[in-house]
Amino acid sequence: MSFDHHRLQLQLERILPTVQKPGRYVGGELNQVLKPWDSVETRVALAFPDIYDLGLPNLGLAILYQDLNARPDVLAERVYSPWTDMELAMRNNSIPLYSLESHRPVLEFDILGITLPYETLYTNALNLLDLAGIPLHAAQRTEQHPLVIAGGHACYNPETMADFIDAFAIGEGEELIHDIVIVYQAWKRSGKPRADLLLALTQVSGVHVPSLYQPGYTDDGLFTGLTPLHPLAPRKITKRIVAQLPPPPTRFIVPSIDVVHNRVAVEIMRGCTRGCRFCHAGMVNRPVRERPVAEILTAIQTALKETGYEEVALLSLSSSDYTQIVDLVDKISKHASENHLTISVPSLRIESFSIDLMDKLKGSRQGGFTLAPEAATDRMRATINKPIAAEQLLETARAIYSRGWSTIKLYFMIGHPSETMEDVQAIADLCQAVLSEGRKIIGKRASLHAGVSTFVPKPHTPFQWAPCDTPEQMQAKQELLRRELRGPGLKMTWTSPKDTLLEAWLSRGDRRMGQVIFNAWQNGAKFDAWQDQYRYDIWQAAFEAAGVDPAFYTHRQRAEDEIFPWDHINPGVRKAFLLGEYRASREQIFRADCRDSCFGCGILPTFAEIRRENPGKHWMCPEVPIRKVKKPLEAVIS
Amino acid sequence: MIRCRMTYQKTEALRYTGNLDLQKIWERFLRRADLPVAYSQGFHPQPRIQQAAPLPLGFLSRAELADIYLDDDSLAPSDVVTALDAMPYPGIEICNVELVDLSLPSLASRVLSSEYLAEFFDPIDIGELTDRVTKLLAAPSLNRTRRDKAYDLRPLIESLEVMTSESGPALKMMLAARQSATGRPEEVLAALGFSPYDARYTRTRILLAD
Repeated sequence: MSFDHHRLQLQLERILPTVQKPGRYVGGELNQVLKPWDSVETRVALAFPDIYDLGLPNLGLAILYQDLNARPDVLAERVYSPWTDMELAMRNNSIPLYSLESHRPVLEFDILGITLPYETLYTNALNLLDLAGIPLHAAQRTEQHPLVIAGGHACYNPETMADFIDAFAIGEGEELIHDIVIVYQAWKRSGKPRADLLLALTQVSGVHVPSLYQPGYTDDGLFTGLTPLHPLAPRKITKRIVAQLPPPPTRFIVPSIDVVHNRVAVEIMRGCTRGCRFCHAGMVNRPVRERPVAEILTAIQTALKETGYEEVALLSLSSSDYTQIVDLVDKISKHASENHLTISVPSLRIESFSIDLMDKLKGSRQGGFTLAPEAATDRMRATINKPIAAEQLLETARAIYSRGWSTIKLYFMIGHPSETMEDVQAIADLCQAVLSEGRKIIGKRASLHAGVSTFVPKPHTPFQWAPCDTPEQMQAKQELLRRELRGPGLKMTWTSPKDTLLEAWLSRGDRRMGQVIFNAWQNGAKFDAWQDQYRYDIWQAAFEAAGVDPAFYTHRQRAEDEIFPWDHINPGVRKAFLLGEYRASREQIFRADCRDSCFGCGILPTFAEIRRENPGKHWMCPEVPIRKVKKPLEAVIS
Repeated sequence: MIRCRMTYQKTEALRYTGNLDLQKIWERFLRRADLPVAYSQGFHPQPRIQQAAPLPLGFLSRAELADIYLDDDSLAPSDVVTALDAMPYPGIEICNVELVDLSLPSLASRVLSSEYLAEFFDPIDIGELTDRVTKLLAAPSLNRTRRDKAYDLRPLIESLEVMTSESGPALKMMLAARQSATGRPEEVLAALGFSPYDARYTRTRILLAD
């Protein structure tokens, strides 16, 4: 083995004092798992393709880390992107990408699992492969290289990264990761070529191996579908889900340096029943499943003991919708006030009930109270299916200001389908109205922060047929808001149109984007999610060199019968349902919370077996009755 | 309330953890050990954990000092040690715990000097090193600039001697560590004509006023 651990330690000892935040690159934190290298059959590197500070708190990887390390035959270690200063030092000193636990080169692992929760991490993923010494293109890898798998929300459209990933894990990873490890182990023992591993992986439900498919396009460049290149490659890949949320991780790694979230995070519920038409997470994370209160409380107690953390976050897409939220918050708040704990409950709905909840937590009012109306006119609210009456928002705002918060943060999105300048003006008017309510109550101390992002039509949502605003439209809308939202007590933040365009290209791309991403990486694109690192010019040149028109992906209204590059991925929600929702949005028809009445999105037929075997209220979908076994016809006749 | 003076080693796992982050780690260490740390009064109560003197990033230490205040008068130092030993924290090795009077002035205000060991990474000629040290100590002043501020390093060096460690020649030095006059061992290396990145630094002692 070429790896010289001692030499790496000596190199690091000299390099680390010269880089920013060297604590990112050493590991050794409380609760890290370091197993003897030779004590296991399979070694997995789990990578978050951005810096440690962002990657360490990622809950998805924390779950996989715990689950994999719980197996006696597997070890899992962590990998993050080095910041530019450390990358330079590593390249100058020929230090390959190494894991934080054992400081082993990633090349020595069996499996490299990369999480891709959002699209602007793609060039970083390529950079990680390069730093690891792994060929960027999946086709160039051999039995000597780790199996490169990717999972996470961005992978619901895997075509964009198809050139670089051996296998995508679609959906929830808790059970899927073990199936992948089992297939890998059997292959490794067999000594067969790599192609056999890839083929075996296609037989795992939820795994997609892109190299076993050939994409087709019309002369106009429209995607015509994927052709399987092997009889065993399935035509559709259905995402994996867990029937019941397993007990949450508690033994969190506690970083020795400051990172974005220093806290115990407990997912109280997965999925959302509200059906906002722009929301990718709301569509791909169905069905809604809740964790029991007792399980959450036990997990918090254990995690606090294991970590010593002083903050707990209750995570979900819509915390107010967790059916036992009052009971849960009551029980936690008692414990919190006695122990100097901070409890945070993000994603609260716009209603006074949310303020009651926050009141119970007696937390600091410094950070402000955050609400996400997303749109400001009734027409837009009906379009996106997020109905909140203006008066209800004002009433909530009054309650917030009068109960001790001086700042309200409102999140809006511009660029929704059919949005006009009047709809944008209404955002400014609504912000002004909220602030003036605050002034009446607490005077000049009242402040309002408007966070205005720009809509990107995401795959597997009702808006997947809609075009993205042009940069000119985005600019005009942002200028209007900047002009209107000026003055004391007002603050506005927005997304640069160039950032939005990149997000749109990458999330709506097909396999031809692979060459664009590769070109961009080769010319230095990385950390695209960082405003000060993102280089629009590099991307423009990358498109040009690849002969691909970026506007094709962003500003084109799709025909209702267009075949999308992500149609082979089945998130459980049917395309016909999404189209129905798209049509409903154009007629401004509201769809109520689907807990009250099922609209047949497709989740139940897809996962009917699982639901039938897991009846009960933890799923928000209706129950599937036990099928009456029909006697075969012959039996009836005779 | 009791005030415990902790003497501890800061080892490899926390080598790249700065002083602010170390404060948080102590808080978590005490929480895990179920020791009832006292909180300051006011709108944003803070745990009462006071470090003697910040240790530069990348340094190891054999003798850090911190005062922690606990809301339980019945605890003896041995109870504190037992509780911390039961829930060890990577990078902190407790050497000693003793009770000190609540009325004593703050730990930071009593620090006089710090003793450091600098072990060179590369082989180095001991005679040459000794010569450089002799010359340095003979100089009446050592004008240096750090973070755009000019200062004289010489009066901050209380002692400096060549010694041999496991890895070869090393320097042992006692530097002033008063609030307005703090000497840094990398500066001493630089004044001796080395790169500040040529050695591993370990604090070996913090000297307090009586």
